[in-house]
Amino acid sequence: MRNIIKIAVRNLIRYKRRTLLTSSLISLGVVFVVVYVAIAGSFKSLIVGQITDSMLGHAQIHRKGFVESIENLPLNLTLSEEQFKQIETVLRENGAVESYSPRIKFAGMFSNFMETTNIRMNGVYPGKEHKTIPLLSKRLTAGSDSLKRGEILVPELLAQGMNVKTGDGVVIIATNRDGSVNGMQFTVSGILNSVVGPGGRDGYINFDDAVELLRMERAEVSEVAIRVKNFDRLGAFEKNIKQEFADLSIGGKSIYEVHTWEKLSPFVNIAKMIDIMTQFIRIMLVAIVLISIMNVMMMAVYERIREIGTVAAIGTLPEKILYMYLTEGFLLGVAGSLAGVIIGIIVIIAINAVGITFNFGRQQGIVLRAALSVPETVAITITVLAVSLAAGFYPAYKASRMEPVEALRHI
Amino acid sequence: MEIIHAEDLKKNYTVGEITVSALKGLSFSIKTSSFISFVGPSGSGKTTLLNILGCLDIPTGGRVTIEGTDISKLNRRERAAFRGERIGFIFQDFNLMPVLTVFENIEYPLMMVQNIPPARRKEQVQRLLAGVGMEDQKEKYPDQISGGQKQRVAIARALATDPKIVLADEPTANLDHETAYRIIAIMRKMKDEFGTTFIFSTHDPKIMGEAEIIFSLEDGLITKRKAVKKRTATKKGKAHAKHN
Repeated sequence: MRNIIKIAVRNLIRYKRRTLLTSSLISLGVVFVVVYVAIAGSFKSLIVGQITDSMLGHAQIHRKGFVESIENLPLNLTLSEEQFKQIETVLRENGAVESYSPRIKFAGMFSNFMETTNIRMNGVYPGKEHKTIPLLSKRLTAGSDSLKRGEILVPELLAQGMNVKTGDGVVIIATNRDGSVNGMQFTVSGILNSVVGPGGRDGYINFDDAVELLRMERAEVSEVAIRVKNFDRLGAFEKNIKQEFADLSIGGKSIYEVHTWEKLSPFVNIAKMIDIMTQFIRIMLVAIVLISIMNVMMMAVYERIREIGTVAAIGTLPEKILYMYLTEGFLLGVAGSLAGVIIGIIVIIAINAVGITFNFGRQQGIVLRAALSVPETVAITITVLAVSLAAGFYPAYKASRMEPVEALRHI
Repeated sequence: MEIIHAEDLKKNYTVGEITVSALKGLSFSIKTSSFISFVGPSGSGKTTLLNILGCLDIPTGGRVTIEGTDISKLNRRERAAFRGERIGFIFQDFNLMPVLTVFENIEYPLMMVQNIPPARRKEQVQRLLAGVGMEDQKEKYPDQISGGQKQRVAIARALATDPKIVLADEPTANLDHETAYRIIAIMRKMKDEFGTTFIFSTHDPKIMGEAEIIFSLEDGLITKRKAVKKRTATKKGKAHAKHN
C-alpha cells in the first residue's frame, strides 16, 4: 500500500497546477461548509438556549388537553396537588432532571389605577424558577427578580404602555375557575425584557400570591417546566419520562402530557430550516468534490492510457491498477479536506475575534460565538473522503479494465 | 528444451464489415535460452505475434503453449498473472514510468507484481543496474537520461522478475545505429547471463543478424526460418557486448 501511495503522490505532484486547483476547490467547499455549519449551528444553539433558558424550559408537563387550549390558559385543566406530587416524585427520581418549576398560568387584568389592560401571568416559586430558567434574571431591565410575596415582574412593553416603573403599585384582577373575580395589589419589583415565543411577554408573581388571587383551596399547577442535565439527550429523556407517566395511567389513559421545547415554540421551524440549509450546503460540497475529482481522474486516466497499458503488460493485476487510481483521487480528497478544515478553523477564529452581533426579538446585541464541534468536523472530513473514493472509482475502474494491447497502441 | 510451441496460429481483426487476417496459421517452436528475431516489413504480423506470445492478445485460431501452458485458454486475470511471472517486455518507446527513478522503474515489477521484500528487491535491482551499466544513473528520472539509457533501463526492468521469456517489439526502432547495436548486445549478454529466451522483432537487416534464429514474416505467414551460428554474430555486436 505504501508503494501505491508513493506512486499516487508522485503522480499528483507531476500535475502540480491541476492538483493545486482541484484541492483548492475542494478546500474552498470544505471551508464554506465548516464555517456555515459552525455559524448556523451556534446561531441555532444560541436561540434555542435563549428560548429554553429565558421562559420555556427544556420540557414541560401539563395535564392532558392543556396545551391544546393554552391560548385560553384554562384553569379547569390544571394539575391537582396530588397529581403534582406524583409528577414531583417521578422527576426527583429521574437522574436526567436538573431542576423543575411548577407554574400557575392564568389570564388577568392589569391596572395602574388609571388604565387597565390584559396580561398573561405566571405564578412561580422564584428559587425553582431561577434554577430551571437561568436566563430569566438576565431579562431584567430594571429592579430585582426576588419575587417576594406582593411583588410582580412586569413585561417591558406593557410597563412602557401603562407607564409603570419599579416601586409602583398595580392591581391584578383575575377570574377563578368558578367565575368569581378577585383582585390583589402588587408592587412592581422589576421590568422584564420581552423575548420571542410563547410566554415571552408574560408577567410573574409569587406562586402563593397566584394561589390566593385565584382563590384556590389547595394549590394547583398549570405546568411544570423542566431543565435536564444534558440537553443533547432531551429526546431520550422525553421517551423515558413518557414511559414513566404511561405506567401511572388510570384505566389505560395517561392524564399527563410531556412536551419538549420543540413542540411548544414556533422557532423549531426556523431551526428545521437551518438544518435543511445545512444539508443543502453539504450536498453542494459533495457535488463539488464529486465533479472535481471525477473530472481530474478521468483526465488522468485518458492522459496515461499508455502508462496503464505498460503496467498492465508488465503483469500488474487489475485490482492494483484500480487501487493506484483510487488512491490518487482519495489523496486529492485528503489534501482538500485537511486544508479546508484548517482554513475553516482559522476563519472561525477570525470571525470570533471580530465578533458577530445580532438582535433576536427585542434582545439586542447577542454575540454569536461560532464553534465547530469535533463530531461535525469529523463528519465533514469523512463525507469528503467517502465522496473522493466514490468519485475516483469510475475512472479507476476504467483504468483497471483496459486491455493492455489496446492501451499500448494508444497515441 | 522447447519453451514456446505455436500450432496453426491465426489472428483476425474485424474493422466494420471487413475482416483482416494478421496471422494466417503460423507454426513454430522456440527453445529455451535462445535469441530469436522475427523480421519483416510493416504489416507482416510481427507485433500481433509478439502480443499473442506475450499474453497481451488472444489468437482467433490455433494454439500456443508456453512452458506447457495453453495461453489461449487463460482468462484476463490469469494472463496478467502469467505475464507478471514469466514474461518480460521491452517496448519500442521504452515506456518507463515518468514519476519513478531508474532504480524504482526496475524495482516496479518486483514491488507491484511479485511483492518481493525490500531487501531482496534492492539486491536484484543493483545486480540488474550493474548488468546494464546504469548504476551511476539510478537516481535519475527517465526524462533526465538518453534514449539508449532508457532502453537499458527497460531491459533491466524486463529481467527484474527473472522471466523465462523477454519480448521486445522493435526495441531499437527509436535509437541510432550505434546505440541500437549496444542495446542488442546488452540483450544478448543478459540472455547469456540469465538464461532467458529473448524474442525481438525488427525490420532493420543489420540488427536482425545478431539473432541466433531469424523468422521472416510476410503477410501473416512465416516465409523463412534461418539459424545463425553463434560465431557469426556481427563483429560490431561482439565489440559492443565486450564493451558493455
